[in-house]
Parts: sequence; structure tokens; C-alpha cells
Amino acid sequence: MLKVNKRAELPKDREAIIRVGAILCSIVCAGIVLAVMGFNPIQVFREIILGAFGTQMRIQQTVVKAIPLVVTSLGILVAFKMKFWNIGGEGQIMMGAFGAALVALNLPSTLPMPVMLLCMAIVAIVFGGIWAFIPAYFKAKFNTNETIFTLMMNYIAIKWVTYLQFGPWKDPASQGFPRIATFSDNAVMPKLFGIHIGWIIALALVAIIYVFINHTKKGYEITVVGESLETARYAGMNINSIIITAMLISGGLCGLTGMIQASAIEKTLTANISNNYGFTAIITTWLSRLSAPIILVVCIVFAGLLQGGAYLQIAMQVPASVADMIQGIILFFVLGSEFFLQYKVSFAKSEKTTIKEVA
Amino acid sequence: MKQEIAIQMRDISKTFGDVKANEDVNLTVYEGEVHALLGENGAGKSTLMNMLSGIYTPDSGSISIHGKQVHFTSPKDSIALGIGMIHQHFKLVEVLSAKENIILGEKGGFFTKGKELSKKIRQISDHYGLDIDPEKKVYEMSVGEKQTLEIIKVLYRGAKILIMDEPTAVLTPQEIKRLFQIIRNMRDKGCAVVIITHKLNEVMEISDRITVLRKGKSVETVETSKVEVPNLIEMMVGKKVSLSIEKKNIENKRVLLEVDNLRVINQEKKNALDEVTFSLYSGEILGVAGVAGSGQKELCETLAGLVKSDKGRIFFEGDNIVGKTPRDIIQLGIRMGFIPEDRLGMGLVGTMDIVHNIILKDYQTQPGFFLKREDSTAKANEIVERLDIQTPSIYTEVKKLSGGNIQKVLLGREIDSEPKVLITAYAVRGLDIGASYKIYDLLNEQKEKGVGVLFIGEDLDVLMELCDRVMVLCNGKITGIVNTDEVTKEEVGLLMTGGSLEKEAAHVKSK
Repeated sequence: MLKVNKRAELPKDREAIIRVGAILCSIVCAGIVLAVMGFNPIQVFREIILGAFGTQMRIQQTVVKAIPLVVTSLGILVAFKMKFWNIGGEGQIMMGAFGAALVALNLPSTLPMPVMLLCMAIVAIVFGGIWAFIPAYFKAKFNTNETIFTLMMNYIAIKWVTYLQFGPWKDPASQGFPRIATFSDNAVMPKLFGIHIGWIIALALVAIIYVFINHTKKGYEITVVGESLETARYAGMNINSIIITAMLISGGLCGLTGMIQASAIEKTLTANISNNYGFTAIITTWLSRLSAPIILVVCIVFAGLLQGGAYLQIAMQVPASVADMIQGIILFFVLGSEFFLQYKVSFAKSEKTTIKEVA
Repeated sequence: MKQEIAIQMRDISKTFGDVKANEDVNLTVYEGEVHALLGENGAGKSTLMNMLSGIYTPDSGSISIHGKQVHFTSPKDSIALGIGMIHQHFKLVEVLSAKENIILGEKGGFFTKGKELSKKIRQISDHYGLDIDPEKKVYEMSVGEKQTLEIIKVLYRGAKILIMDEPTAVLTPQEIKRLFQIIRNMRDKGCAVVIITHKLNEVMEISDRITVLRKGKSVETVETSKVEVPNLIEMMVGKKVSLSIEKKNIENKRVLLEVDNLRVINQEKKNALDEVTFSLYSGEILGVAGVAGSGQKELCETLAGLVKSDKGRIFFEGDNIVGKTPRDIIQLGIRMGFIPEDRLGMGLVGTMDIVHNIILKDYQTQPGFFLKREDSTAKANEIVERLDIQTPSIYTEVKKLSGGNIQKVLLGREIDSEPKVLITAYAVRGLDIGASYKIYDLLNEQKEKGVGVLFIGEDLDVLMELCDRVMVLCNGKITGIVNTDEVTKEEVGLLMTGGSLEKEAAHVKSK
């Protein structure tokens, strides 16, 4: 019979062994599945890595995919640090993109690019922030459940942009296609080293959020509120204002992702601009154990899997779903290892062995 | 007198990670005896009993019940053998009746056989001299009744061996008397009763034999009639401890805090506090006694500004502080060390280190946007040294420290801020004897400095010894404020249940 006991405390090296073990298990397991499907697992893994990091262009593509993940994950981190389960990243990205489009489509195309981009970014941050502020306000005032609330806000945002795309914002020049007009050139982010400057923003934000959480009074307050609401109250913190500030930052960062994607990738607003980043970021944030520098690493690995998976499709005629499956297997093991980090599973001894021990 | 052995645990060991919770522990309990399991916090009492009730499996050693060797893999096995555990926190469903709670989780038919059940419950009650109304809902019951119900619940399942984990913690002295009578009845009917406790007076009163555990090992089993309290303490602690709290009378007392006709309405729209009027003087320790949930928590939180009062005024050095924010009140010099059951719930952040817990009360007065740690680091070092806190470093997560050391961090921080009023609630809850006395000394030190200490306590003996005056709360009302020199423990106990005394309204001595 299996018995499950809660672990008291795990030494650091044992923790590392379990984590590395989980990743190895996932690779072996994914390999078996691939072999059963008739692929050579080693070749598949090689192609994924080559596809993600094999050439300069592929690396650029991987980075482009990592940027929105990093920025969104940082936003999610701020909320999660407070134990505010913001799963509304999708909606906040969407509203941020909407805000950016609102600026890009309405301000004159003669505006200098930096001014245009700055305006877009600010409005995107504000819009994303507002989308997160609404559930935060209700949480602070009426103690509503933020998980459901933020989730529902996603659908409102997505449907709103869909409505715009098919209705009032439909580009008359698109010959009936339901798409919104492309941004003018001054509303598109410039490139540096072949990648749009979002990567600089992402790197800067990693540093800023790290400092914010670990070295500022607000960051400290957010952490205390997350760890113990009662203690925060007792220390005289203004909890409602902390919740709302943190959510404004969280939503603002997600909104910024929306602006980056709209400006640099799509060059317009579309209803699928959030591309699941809001949900994927929950996983990457959790895997990084709420640490900004680790988010950077985790997101690049994740983006590599996405990019490598897409390459796999072309290189080996493997369906894209295989890459998704590998990703799923890895997640299953890595997240599953959390259980073994907290609990110890042992076999209950049978009657016989006990008697032996006594004798 | 030849008695049958009910429980025999031999050479029991159990390790959690690096911690040896039990090491070669031996315990023998006879039928028809009350056996006390005594030991400081972390001595391994609960671990041992959890193995007896099948929650944990021992790493090595053997357990025999009624002479037969057993091996439990789940609590079900232990219940089947007639072992019943009564936990400190009752496991009852509030909205159900006593009867329904008793059969909860039992296998059986789809329909509950109401009448038959009531009859059986009454039989058990009569047999052991218990008193309960099977139809009464749990939420209408007093704490004592709930405990009786828990006892009947395990007896109904055929328990002949009862394990009680700190059964008196939540009871009034009168209820404790009744409980002890029930325990004696059960003993006389041949049950074996194991009581886990650290209240020595109760051990002396109720038990037949005592097994003392220390640091996971069984030190000795003795007959209660042949030992004295000081011997027991020596066995528990491992060395002689002088247990005296000195009570000095401080001169020139002045009023620090004046509470006038305070009323607090809680979330259930009931008066958590009503007509509360008292004064706290400098250089005194004012004790607050009362059954758990009599309004102590609300009183602390209202004074600290965490809860809004619905009526009444609170004067601090002459100024009304009602309506001020917790921040303002902290700055006035009113400090609260509120230690709830889980100790880390309010006051400390368990996952943060000592430095970051010290910073909690200081950071808001720092100028600027960034968090400055230098002062707090120095302060943490100072507090660790001054209060002799056992910790690997000041960067150790607080939750990894032992209970006594956690308490010292909390008290150290509050004392360090040189408060004028110090509110402590359950300051020694869960602490071992040595650590408790250290805390009492610290509080006395504060009192001598002229601080007004409000001490919310549980143990009446300690309240009587430590405090200058004791204020008794019952259902949110003050039933009396007495000078501890002038009343007996029993009189205070009477006040706790809502009685009144002739010599109420104690005057403050400041000769």
C-alpha cells in the first residue's frame, strides 16, 4: 500500500536532484512516445534544438516569441507575488493592444516615431492596467474571487476586439476582409540587431521588476500582503491600495505586451493578438518560482520549444501537435515534481517485515 | 492489583527528514488507568499518539493493543481496535445535531435509524455519566458540551482506549472539573485514558501514572502519587529550573490607556465587546482572563486600530484614539504582539528572514522609494543577541525557528521600539517552560521601565502570579477587575463563567 506523508524540509541538493530528474524523465517519456509513433526521438529532439537555435534567423525568431512571454510573465509575477491569481493576462494584453491601436490609428502619421510609440505604450499600459484594476477594486471592496473575475474579463476583451475587427473598425480598403487597417510606419517598432526593440524593453523590465520586488518599499509590501494578509494589516499597511497598485502594474505590463505585439508583429489589431501568451505566462511564472531573472531563462526555453516545434513541422513533416505534446509531457513532469518536493511517498510495510524487525 | 495491559509501545522511533521526533520511546498503559503524557513542546507527544492512532507509521518498534501486536496503516485500523482520539480542535459539523455528528462517516444503511440511535447514545451516556441531548445542534453547544460530544462519538465507535490531546485548553475551571469527573468514570469502567498536556497541576490531579518525554525520548514513567511538581519539571526540562515570577510593585503609576464603554459588533452582528470600561496604568501588568472567544481578540484589535468600535472611546494619554489608523496608533507607541493559534498568522511573515520581519514596523518611516536594510540588520543582530535567540543566522526564515524563538523575535521587535503600551496575547502559547519564563521576565522588565502591559493569558496560575490586576471577560463583557493578591483562582474562575464577586472594581495600589 502506498502512503503519502508531508515532507518537513528538503535539503537544496535533493531538491535539485528531483527537479533535474523530472526533466530527464520527461525527455525519456517523450522519447518513448515519439518512438511509438515511428519517429526517431533523438533526431526529433535535435531538430527542435536546431529549429530554435540553429541559425541566426531562428534565434531571432525564438527571441521574438520570448519577448511577449517575458513581459507578460513579469506582469503575472507582480500579481502572484501578492497571491492575487491574475489569470486575466489574455484580456489585459488584448486591451493593451486595443489602446495602442486607438492611438496608432487616430494620431497623425506625421508624428515623430518616438512620440508615437511612447503614446501608444502609455495608453496600452493604462488600458491593461484598467482591465486589471476592475477585478482588483472588486476584490478590495467586496472580496470577490479574482480568479473567476479576471478569467471572465478575458472574454469580454476578446469579444470587444472581435466586434471592432468585424464592425466599426473594419478597414474599408480590405475588400470586405474583416481586418483592421495596418498601422502607419511611425507606429511600428524599429529593429535592432534584426529583432524589434521589444527585446530591450523586456531585458530592462526584468531588471526593473527584480529591483522593484526586492529592493523597494512597495515591493516589500506586496510580498508581505501575499505572505500574510493579517500581518500586513497589523503592521498598518493600507492593503487595498497595495492590491490596486500591484494590479495596475500587473495589468499595465500585460497591456504593454499587447502594444509590443500590435506594433512590432501584427502591425495592426487583431482578435488573436494575445495568442495564449496570457495563459502560457502563468506556467512560465510559476516554473520560475516568482523570480524575475529566472523568468528570462524559462521564457527563452519555452519560446525555443514553440519555435522548434514549428520548425519540426517543416523539417520532418511531423504534425505541430507533436511539439505541443512534448511540451505537455515536459510540463506534466516538471509541475508533477512539485508534488514530490512537498510529499514523500513510501510503501507501507507489510505485517511480515514488521515482525522480522521486532525479532 | 493485577491490571491488563491496554497499550504497549516498545522502542518506537520515528524520523522526519533530519529530525528524530521519537527515539526508542516506551509506553505502557493499563486498562482502568489515566495516563498522562507529559513533555515540552516538540518532545514528541503528538507524534507518538499519532502513531497510536494510525496517522503515522513508526520507522521501527512495535505496538501491541490488549496484548496483540498490531500494525496500523491508517486511522481506520486503529479505530477498529477501539482506539479513539479526541483532538484539541473539535472535528464536528456545526449545523448538524449531536446524533448526526456521531454517526457521520459510519458505514451503514441509507437511512439513519433515528430512534434506535438515540437509545444507544443514551445508553452510552448513562453508562459513563455523560450528559448530552442527542437532538441538539452543535452550534448551540458550549465548548464543554462539544467536548462531551467528541467523547461520546469515540465511545459510540466502541473505543476502550481514549487519547485526549490537551483537552482542558479551551475549558473554564468549572468545565475542567466536569471533564475530570467524566474521565474518572471512564477509568472506573475499565477504559484506558491517555491525556496529553503540559499543565502540571492538572496532571497531578487527574492522572494515575505519568510518562515524561524529552526531546523525543521517554525519560521515565512514574506513579503520580509518588512525585511532586518540581520533580516533573526537572524530568521535562532535563535540569533544575527555578520557577518563580517576581511581582514587583511599581510606584508612581499614571493612567496610560483609558477605555470607556467600548462596544464592538462582530461580523455575526453580535456584540463581541460591550460596556468595556477599564484603565491601564504605567508600570503594571494587567491580565485579561476569560474563556477562549470571550472578546480578547476583538479587544486587542480594537486597541490596535484594526477593528472599528461601534461605541465608546479609548483615551491614550488623554487623547481619544478611536478612528485612528493602525499606522497612527503604532506611532503613538502602542505596540501589539498578538500571537494567534498558528503563531505566525499575525505579526510575523514566516517565509521571510529575521531582518525582513524587523523591518516590518520601520520601513514606513524610511524616506524614499527604496527599502533600506542596514538599520534593521543591525537591529536584528542586537535583538538576536540580547534575547538569546537560537538561529543559524539573521537571514534564516522565521518559520524555521522553534516556537520560543519565533516569539522572541516578535517580542524583541515590539520591545525594541520602546513602546508605552504593550499588548501581548497568548505570549507563551505552545512554548516550553524555560522559554515561557524568559518571556515573563521580559514582560516584567518592561513593566519596571514604566510600560503598561496588557497580558491576555490562558493559564490562570500564570495570570495570578504575573499580573498586578486581572480583568475577566465573559461574552464580551467585563465581569470583574480584581487585584491578584486579594482573590483566589477559583474566584476568578467564577467570574469567567459570568458570576460576580463582592470585592469587584479593584483599586490600583501605588503606595
